[in-house]
Amino acid sequence: MTECPVCGAEITFAQGTVVGELLECADCGSELEVIGLDPAAVTEAPETEEDWGE
Amino acid sequence: MKFGLLHSLIRKEEKLLIEEFQARDVNLTMIDDRNLVFDLESVPDVDVILERSINHSRSLYGLRLFEAGGIHCINSAEVAKTCGDKILTSVALKEAGVRQPPVRVAFTEASALSAIEELGYPVVLKPAVGSWGRLLSKVNDRESAEAILEHKSLLGSYHHSIFYIQKFVEKKGRDIRSFVVGDECIAAIYRSSEHWITNTARGAVASGCDVDANIAEISLAAADAVGGGILAVDLFETEGGLSVNEVNYTMEFRNSIETTGVNIPARIVDFTLRSRP
Repeated sequence: MTECPVCGAEITFAQGTVVGELLECADCGSELEVIGLDPAAVTEAPETEEDWGE
Repeated sequence: MKFGLLHSLIRKEEKLLIEEFQARDVNLTMIDDRNLVFDLESVPDVDVILERSINHSRSLYGLRLFEAGGIHCINSAEVAKTCGDKILTSVALKEAGVRQPPVRVAFTEASALSAIEELGYPVVLKPAVGSWGRLLSKVNDRESAEAILEHKSLLGSYHHSIFYIQKFVEKKGRDIRSFVVGDECIAAIYRSSEHWITNTARGAVASGCDVDANIAEISLAAADAVGGGILAVDLFETEGGLSVNEVNYTMEFRNSIETTGVNIPARIVDFTLRSRP
């Protein structure tokens, strides 16, 4: 369990969560990236870059 | 055989792919492109890499560097280079005789304006490198053309002064996205929007589309033209038949699994496991 760096809401990882995974904070809707599992840690997901895509 | 997944952020697509590898008891090596340093000698201890980076530039160079180290990459660096650049894609389609909308490429504002006037309004100006429908400009008249060309020249990086101009196709609110894995067109969706841009990343709605012989034929021809592999082909329906708009090499499919009833990540993983260096 950790907290959203934007609004402070509690973030709980689902089973099978992996480092690098994108999550959405249920309270504030911020897009978050998982940066650690033990201990649990998240950061704000990076902004879209010009060469992102398919 | 050892398998790796080249990634940065883990989106829904990558998560589904990881789960499919796990379901087949494959010990997958996760390769985060943000942690990579290449010395032109050492490479990860894998035989095959499935590329899923969100950054085109990292994919482009990463794949080439992995291939130089003897790793079989899906898709290949050459496919990434071609599909990641609309000009190179158009050239590949032309060389393979695959139908596409009329296109012009120009290097200056003046020549681009001449090309636009010759093609006839409306046209669509696209960055040669770009995705998700970003920075597309539908140009309806000369005044708009002059303004957009000037902005692209002055405000963008030099990439934006290479003008890729496509004749606007009236697609009646939808286009087709087909999915090619190897030598099979496994599924297709319609992408519908009231906006002229029909990327699902821009809010278009996906619905089921049967893969008929025409869709399969042009999709496989487009995939083959760019080098083959795991590809998503965007198609316009025109009076003259289907026409290829773009070919995508790191395809997104989260909205297309339930819509098509096809387990796309499973098909991708099975193809990857069957592939050999």
